[in-house]
Amino acid sequence: MSRVMAQIAMVMNLDKCIGCHTCSVTCKQTWTNRGGVEYVWFNNVETRPGQGYPRGYEDQDRWKGGWRLRNGRLTPRSGGRVRRLGRLFANPELPLLDDYYQPWTYDYENLVNAPLGDDVPTAAPRSLVDGAPASITWGPNWDDDLGGGPAHLAGDPVLRRVSDEVRLEYERSFMFYLPRICEHCLNPSCVAVCPSGAMYKRLEDGIVLVDQDRCRGWRMCVTGCPYKKVYFNHHSGKAEKCTMCYPRIEAGEPTVCSETCVGRLRYLGVMLYDADRVGEAAAVAREEDLYPAQLGCFLSPDDPEVAAAAEASGVPHDWVLAARRSPVYSLIVRHRVALPLHPEYRTMPMVWYVPPLSPVVDALAGTGHDGEDAGNLFGAIDALRIPLSYLAGLFTAGDTAPVETALRRLAAMRSHMRAINLGEEPDPAVAEAVGMRPAEIEEMYRLLALAKYDERYVIPTAYAAGAGRADATGGCSLDGPGGPGMTEGAGIGVGAGPGTGVGTDMGVDMGTGMGAGMDAFHASPLPHDGDDRLRGRVNLFGWDGKGLPDGLFPPRRGEAR
Amino acid sequence: MRHLQIALWGVLPYLVLVLFVAGSLWRHHYDRFGMTTRSSQLHESRLLRVAGPLFHYGLLFVIAGHVVGLLVPEQLTEDMHITESLYRANALVVGGLAGIAAVAGLTVLLWRRLRTRAVRLASLRSDRLVYPVLATVLLAGLAATLLGSTTGTYDYRLGVSVWFRSLFELEPDVPAMANAPFLFQVHTLFGMALFALWPFSRLVHAFAVPLGYLVRPYVVYRSRSTFAGRNGTR
Repeated sequence: MSRVMAQIAMVMNLDKCIGCHTCSVTCKQTWTNRGGVEYVWFNNVETRPGQGYPRGYEDQDRWKGGWRLRNGRLTPRSGGRVRRLGRLFANPELPLLDDYYQPWTYDYENLVNAPLGDDVPTAAPRSLVDGAPASITWGPNWDDDLGGGPAHLAGDPVLRRVSDEVRLEYERSFMFYLPRICEHCLNPSCVAVCPSGAMYKRLEDGIVLVDQDRCRGWRMCVTGCPYKKVYFNHHSGKAEKCTMCYPRIEAGEPTVCSETCVGRLRYLGVMLYDADRVGEAAAVAREEDLYPAQLGCFLSPDDPEVAAAAEASGVPHDWVLAARRSPVYSLIVRHRVALPLHPEYRTMPMVWYVPPLSPVVDALAGTGHDGEDAGNLFGAIDALRIPLSYLAGLFTAGDTAPVETALRRLAAMRSHMRAINLGEEPDPAVAEAVGMRPAEIEEMYRLLALAKYDERYVIPTAYAAGAGRADATGGCSLDGPGGPGMTEGAGIGVGAGPGTGVGTDMGVDMGTGMGAGMDAFHASPLPHDGDDRLRGRVNLFGWDGKGLPDGLFPPRRGEAR
Repeated sequence: MRHLQIALWGVLPYLVLVLFVAGSLWRHHYDRFGMTTRSSQLHESRLLRVAGPLFHYGLLFVIAGHVVGLLVPEQLTEDMHITESLYRANALVVGGLAGIAAVAGLTVLLWRRLRTRAVRLASLRSDRLVYPVLATVLLAGLAATLLGSTTGTYDYRLGVSVWFRSLFELEPDVPAMANAPFLFQVHTLFGMALFALWPFSRLVHAFAVPLGYLVRPYVVYRSRSTFAGRNGTR
């Protein structure tokens, strides 16, 4: 057995997404409510079909994201090392602010300060970039709920590949939401194109981060990421991206987007994979083979050989145990209902999606048929080729078979569970038709429909590779001298630091006093026995300049802290 | 007058050198987060895509020309049977073209910086000093190259270059520089100003040239614990 690595992966059940944008808003409040990243949404929810954010990001002929096979070898689509260095002084494939949107606010002051007059004062839009009066012509979810109509839809690169006839019918039939975060790929092209070596994939949990101290602002990663999930902070001149909320993950807590998702549609868990197979799998010739190839990289945590190899490779035992209970592994491998987003980019993404069945059910119910009858549903999945090919364009590089399998399994689950809930005897033929046993269907139902908190999120606490201690929690990576998490006793700037991987990790020497598990997140990361070396420090990055936050100056003698 | 010349060409270069080295070390140690290109491409790309490479590539050739012109003694090229006229023609054509490219690029970049509102607002306070100095250095240097080569009265390789090399022998040849034409003196003086500003302005991004990228594997892995190690030593 070769090199076993662990990855924190996510699955989103698109059937349950109602497009409320709660994940986007809580993520923004946590990570990108700062100057320079006004336009940045580490998490965004886009309506499909639609152009997405930034506009048309899936058009890789234009944006050159991801990898390309050249003579059987993988090279970044934007060019190899020499070509990249040659283009250091201007990146021709960088999306502009206009491709995202020009961020704006409103002149609220005018509402109170306007002189008395006949007209009701308005809060006119102002650009957040230069403060000038702005006209709002695009936003992060401008085509939300198909707003803007067919004109905007024509800009959807996935839809463009489907024929014209299909397109017309499609607009009448089908819409769903696609929440997106960084894919934390197994073969990340953003990391590959970073000239400074500032971007890296963490050995322990596979989270892809930007080292803010090493980033020199070359902006190649923005181009290199085919999902356009690395952003450029135009104030600090550094790249920033979704961090998978690693300070929370390290403490065994779900990400902010997962935690606040009202639809409970996100799943987080450990995937074990064979690191030596990744390169080969990403370089298979046919794009349709990339999904099965990636499945081939994943290792079964139930296999004792895998467990032994994992521990030999430095994955702690509790991570292997977590991998066995991983909801993500269940949905991806056991039930085969989750699919990767755009495997054709060859980055081996690790945020997967359960394709939405509800549009099919809706279409069926609209015609007066029983939307929960297995026979009807199977027929409808067959008949509605258009949604199927669109979903295949998103999730399987155009191969409709895996999408069909996934949808049929969801349909079978729907029909099977209805029978149970109505007190009828479920038809075993339904489960059989999709190659599952009734018990498996019920297990899948429990995971997808009931979605209990403890079953959705199975996250082991962090460890440090090579530290030799499986139980070393390491504390919070954001806490360290000068780190953005230096808020202990300061009370300001929580989560508003430069974030994104500045991880100054006090881990190994400070985490020893604590037990593993949730305590590590809530307890003070500082030693308890009166060591106050780090007291009296303040994160000036999060200071608004008003007042004196605690810790800016040492306490006067006799003054309580 | 003689004291001024000694101060300018015998003392000032060392002050600048100390400032340059110490400032760079200081910046590297205390402000690694601030070491960035501070790109404004997000706001405006059309002009930058032409002018950025024009300026930078022009500058790279100009720098290469300076290395040859300042560090290679005239004796060496003569030994290699490169005639004075051939050397001069080469310096005029290559140096002139590179200089013109750099100046043209800088002109467009400055115009872009002033005319595009978002880019102007993204400018630093130090930019107000850096850009005029940079422009003066470039213009004076280009003028010296073009005028000097056409009139052909002054051979900088027997004057400025000698002075430059003598600085590193810790025995500054002040007269060699004091007798140089005014254009060369302006160019050198503002060049020193540029090096003094270097660590404290956006010019530091020149240190970030990512040559390591050519030899590193594509995908970088790092352990959480490397942070602990690095942090411990800092």
